[in-house]
Amino acid sequence: MSKLIASAAIRGAHTLVKQAEELLEKTTAEKGKDFTFEFPDTAFYLPMIYAMTAFPVKTLGDMKVALGMARELLHDEPEDHLWKPYLGEALDSGMATLFAEEILLALKYINGLEPAKDPETGFVYNGFITDTIQRNLGIQLVDGTMPGFAAIIGAAPNDDIAVNIVRELQEKNILTFLSGNVNGNSVTKQLLRNGVELGWDTRIVPLGPDTEHTLYALDWAIRASLIFGGKKPGDYKEHLKYQKDRVFAFAVVLGELDDIIWTTGAGAINMGFPAIADTDIPVIHPTGVCIYEEVDKELDHGKIVQRAIEQRGLKITIEKPPIPVAYGPAFEGERIRKEDMFIEFGGQRTPSLEWVRMKELNEIEDNKVIVVGDGWKEKYEKGGQMPLAIVIDAAGRKMQKDFESIIERKVHHNINEAQGLWHMGQRDLNWIRISSNAKKEGVTLEHIGVIMATMTHHRFKSIVDKVQVTIYTDEKDVLAIQEEARKAYKERDKRLGSLTDEAVDIFYSCLLCQSFAPSHVCVISPERLGLCGAYNWLDGKAAYEIDPTGGNQPIPKGALMDARYGRYTGIDEYLKKASGGAVETLNLYTIMENPMTSCGCFECIIAIIPEANGIMIVQRGHTGMTPAGMKFSTLAGSVGGGTQNPGFMGIGRNFIISKKFLHGDGGIKRIVWMTKNLKEGLKDEFSKRAAEEGVPDLLDKIADETVAEDSEKLLEFLTQAGHPALTMDPML
Amino acid sequence: MDKAAKSANKEAEQIIDWGKAHGIETCFDRAEKIKPCPIGASGACCKVCHMGPCRLVGKNAEEEARGVCGATLPTVAARNFLRMIAAGTAAHSDHARGMAFTLLAVATGQAKDFKITDVRKLYRVAGYLNIEFEGREVNAVAKDVAEKLIEDFGRQRGEINYLKRAPKKTQERWRKWGIIPRGIDREVCETMHRTHIGVDHDPDHLLTQGLRTALADGWAGSMISTDVTDILFGTPQPVKAEASFGIFKKDEVNLVVHGHEPLLAETIVDVVSEPEMTAYAKSKGAKGINLAGMCCTANEVLMRHGIPTAGGFTNQELGIMTGLIDALTVDVQCIMPAIADLSKKFHTKVITTSEKAKIQGAMHIEFDEHRAKEIAREIIKIAIDNFQNRKAYGEHITEKFPVIAGFSHEYIEYMQGGKWRASFRPLNDAIIAGRIRGVVGLAGCDNPRVPSTGLHRFLATELIKHDVLIVSTGCGAAACGTAGYLTPEMALENAGPGLREVCEAIGIPPILHLGACVDNSRILTIASAMAEEGGLSDEIGGMPAVGIAPEWMSEKAIAIGCYFAASGVPVIFGGESPVEASKEVTRILTEVWFERFKGALHFEPDPEKILEMALDYIDKAREALKLKKYEPGKFGAERVLMDMAARREIERAAKPHIGIY
Repeated sequence: MSKLIASAAIRGAHTLVKQAEELLEKTTAEKGKDFTFEFPDTAFYLPMIYAMTAFPVKTLGDMKVALGMARELLHDEPEDHLWKPYLGEALDSGMATLFAEEILLALKYINGLEPAKDPETGFVYNGFITDTIQRNLGIQLVDGTMPGFAAIIGAAPNDDIAVNIVRELQEKNILTFLSGNVNGNSVTKQLLRNGVELGWDTRIVPLGPDTEHTLYALDWAIRASLIFGGKKPGDYKEHLKYQKDRVFAFAVVLGELDDIIWTTGAGAINMGFPAIADTDIPVIHPTGVCIYEEVDKELDHGKIVQRAIEQRGLKITIEKPPIPVAYGPAFEGERIRKEDMFIEFGGQRTPSLEWVRMKELNEIEDNKVIVVGDGWKEKYEKGGQMPLAIVIDAAGRKMQKDFESIIERKVHHNINEAQGLWHMGQRDLNWIRISSNAKKEGVTLEHIGVIMATMTHHRFKSIVDKVQVTIYTDEKDVLAIQEEARKAYKERDKRLGSLTDEAVDIFYSCLLCQSFAPSHVCVISPERLGLCGAYNWLDGKAAYEIDPTGGNQPIPKGALMDARYGRYTGIDEYLKKASGGAVETLNLYTIMENPMTSCGCFECIIAIIPEANGIMIVQRGHTGMTPAGMKFSTLAGSVGGGTQNPGFMGIGRNFIISKKFLHGDGGIKRIVWMTKNLKEGLKDEFSKRAAEEGVPDLLDKIADETVAEDSEKLLEFLTQAGHPALTMDPML
Repeated sequence: MDKAAKSANKEAEQIIDWGKAHGIETCFDRAEKIKPCPIGASGACCKVCHMGPCRLVGKNAEEEARGVCGATLPTVAARNFLRMIAAGTAAHSDHARGMAFTLLAVATGQAKDFKITDVRKLYRVAGYLNIEFEGREVNAVAKDVAEKLIEDFGRQRGEINYLKRAPKKTQERWRKWGIIPRGIDREVCETMHRTHIGVDHDPDHLLTQGLRTALADGWAGSMISTDVTDILFGTPQPVKAEASFGIFKKDEVNLVVHGHEPLLAETIVDVVSEPEMTAYAKSKGAKGINLAGMCCTANEVLMRHGIPTAGGFTNQELGIMTGLIDALTVDVQCIMPAIADLSKKFHTKVITTSEKAKIQGAMHIEFDEHRAKEIAREIIKIAIDNFQNRKAYGEHITEKFPVIAGFSHEYIEYMQGGKWRASFRPLNDAIIAGRIRGVVGLAGCDNPRVPSTGLHRFLATELIKHDVLIVSTGCGAAACGTAGYLTPEMALENAGPGLREVCEAIGIPPILHLGACVDNSRILTIASAMAEEGGLSDEIGGMPAVGIAPEWMSEKAIAIGCYFAASGVPVIFGGESPVEASKEVTRILTEVWFERFKGALHFEPDPEKILEMALDYIDKAREALKLKKYEPGKFGAERVLMDMAARREIERAAKPHIGIY
């Protein structure tokens, strides 16, 4: 009966608020009320409290104020008989719990106790999830490769069940957070004991050993509406509605529940996240707070994942090639160390390449996999190293030469998503490994071909009608193919170089992020890729062919209204419709007037530095200060959410080396500060562009974090270096 | 129901029997003695001029009967009915006027004994009225609010303030049929004018003005009263209390507040616990002072303070007959003048307190909001002084029932999601999924002409058994309270499986006590919020909701029934129809109004038939909304699993309902 749940939630909230108050008092006595705190790498203070109340907790004194708000949300437990209503009160208590837990964890950080460390094994939990990670995962959140989030609390009855549940979640592409324990045992420990690789790359993230650590997952969720949803702090109804409608998170509780689990659950239910338990608990089926059941149970561990997914209303479609190992994006991040490796190809050790060729329909046989090479099986069985050429022939009525590179770029994902297979690099600079475990499961070279055929069909359905894969293993064959492939690569590069905004009539939109950022529209032109860096113009073109009603739509660019700023009639017309009226007009080549909006998963941010008459660029993941006076995370907070912010803009990394980069503002010569990471990563291409602009040594004149983190030092450096921006037309 | 029963309330019946044995007459005996005049009861008697009264009876009376002036039966029946609406509207609205002027007096510092208790509600109301409130003095906002609300009474042109609180589509219907009230007093005045001899004779034209007048009650007078009372005394939240005659205490001073206006009652609540009062009571041999309520004043103080209630209208004489009431204050509406005489047989002091209402034989202490506490203390002292005069004479009852009350529309919104998620989504969802079949407003008076409170009891138990959620007000709520129905356990033991699940999830009784009869306005607000929330009807009309007043007797009930009908709620009244004589008027009240407003007003004496009609209306509304067919025990939301493309399609401008808690 739900009264038991409400009672537990209300009791738990009292306990946690009291605990937080006591710890706060103790910490304040030691450090003083003005002692400042922020979670690592976030622009959102204590994110839950900030999103709900707009109150930015910066000091211990602020925590006291916030705890006062939590205390106001506490209620009396319902009585045994003639009780007063308790649902609203229990949900309020749940929110009080989240506030208290957030402060408790902050205090533990201050006291050096977070991220938690296992005293026996030394395992360090993830702790607070940074803004950077959140933004890094942005594109996966929206393109369906990470459709949902599970928080597993507690421990499974045995290790095998724990591994099976997590594997099932991985295969369904769900990001899994782990927290809590049952008498010291936990899913984290169960997985560690069984050698399951944990971390962001495998989508299994242990947050901490206690139930309270679940808050980190909720803090991550609430930042989705702040970052991608553009919801204002304090607009709690909007935040919670966004969470309920768009953040597909749910909890799986393994083992007995105590007050703390119930009250944390009540907090999560506020956000529309339901819970399912593997024990015989009371359930709450009426809907309305969550979309479906708030609390349910499933005693069969074989069914609990599927049940939970349906309870959250989540639809997951997975394509698994017929291979003997698990498959899915969750396995993409697995590393294969040398000791675990059975065989490897490429990586400067053997000749190796991957190449997609367009063929006529009658030239190839669909789904055929041919492995060429004398005695290849014996050679493979020996392990070690081998030459390898993977040639994928694709044919289809809608297939175009331009799509070869698009299909080829997916080879990386195709291979990596198989458990026990690893890939890096591209073209004839690739590197592939197969693990001993995968070999033991029966993986052979043919399976690489099977993966390519299945996944190429899956990813490019309606473009590709037939796929045939040929795998060469003899060095001479591989070298011969390499020769041929290099010619094709060169031709492709030439074609890409000729793709300019002027040369095409159609641009593409990218609306993938609208599942999270409803008013944001990316406009992708040949010379400006999507701000997430994941979609360029060719991707957009292919995606539209694959799914004409999907997230990438053609934008007939129409008449050019302003060549310098890049304003087109077609874009404006399209934008009004696609942004739901939020954006009326857009200039592609400037940051100063109606610049592009951002969803939140931009690779880099450009910000104006008025004193230097130029702009700076910082990439996601850079945690240091910038001359704009803000860190990336803070800057990002003012750029996302689908609004136009002149002077600030999110971009894809490669846009920096485009001829259209801030064309209207003076191009790359406006860059006065750029992180070392960007400078080094873009070095060759950038220098080429700089030469074209008549300043071949521009890169050296651009400051980075090693010379300046504030505008004063920056100006000093620029003056000394004679940076061209100083003498250009005023930006403002 | 026992054949001879006069009340379905066992405790009431016990007192009635005692009275009989002691030769004391009550409304129950009088109801037996005086049969209703059959001509007047059916609406066929015209006495608007002194050429008559004319009886429009006989064969083919509908077509052929004429008054001296030539008025037809439909004209006469419609006119009579209209005058009931006007009287009912006047009653609620005059009560509201008092509240609004008190708010003004508080805001301007002239009523020092009151204060703005619920500032949040004040701001919410200011928001409805487009009055700036951020950064302003509370009293300055309150003054503007009061003045703006007062405009509604005397406005000659234009539209009432709260019009925009109704769903757009409901407003459109009103506009189309010309029934948007201008000012309350103007509509009442015009109705009285139109029903004067020789003015308006077209029954439909008359009844349309009747709806305009009734809307002035529901969406102005009553709603103003509810809002101002919440602002002055707090928006109700659940409270635990007790009901029935067992609430009177033998060893304490029993002071009972009866009537409708909460001002004096609230003041008494305020001062009754002052140490001097308790000490004074003790000095007179009492252990303390037991404040109790009756009728709708009881509902007001029950909702906000958990003051116990002795029950509804027909309990007023019976209460005195317990011999335990030391003083009974009465103000306006539904006060039986019989209590003054009756009280002489006991020691009870009946005190009239309204400048508008006196009863010969009763003590009169006029309430004045400018010196409220002083008067309250005076009254308490009278009760205390009278304690010593208590005799053993009377039928003492010990039976009482627990009650959970206090369901303001704000709390109903809160209880479905707490401070952060307050909305009507869960209720709408439950209706869509078929857990809740529909909603019934069970309201209106209790009536000695049927086994009193019996129809309420029958319908309440049957409806919840059929998974219908009940919202209740006035004496309907009192009837349920004195029956012991207003408990959360009632859901576990007597509700259908779907309603039970919802009640369990939230922790509520299956019957929600919303307040006094003037608080029927809360039901309008709830229905509007349900329309706004989405998924059901986008106007009040078409909701799977019905209003029932099975034991109505007052003109206020008629006004309420009509404003619900005009707002889009089919309403079923018990008893014989006051327009029974005219087929045409009956047709207008049912068919014509349903076509125009999706609401109707039926009269049906058979409770079984009332139940059948209500369920039929609900099921038809469900069908029209294409909701899942109601099947007991079979419910569940249709599961739509979302992939990424579906998520991108989520309505961009999703507007959550704005809560206040």
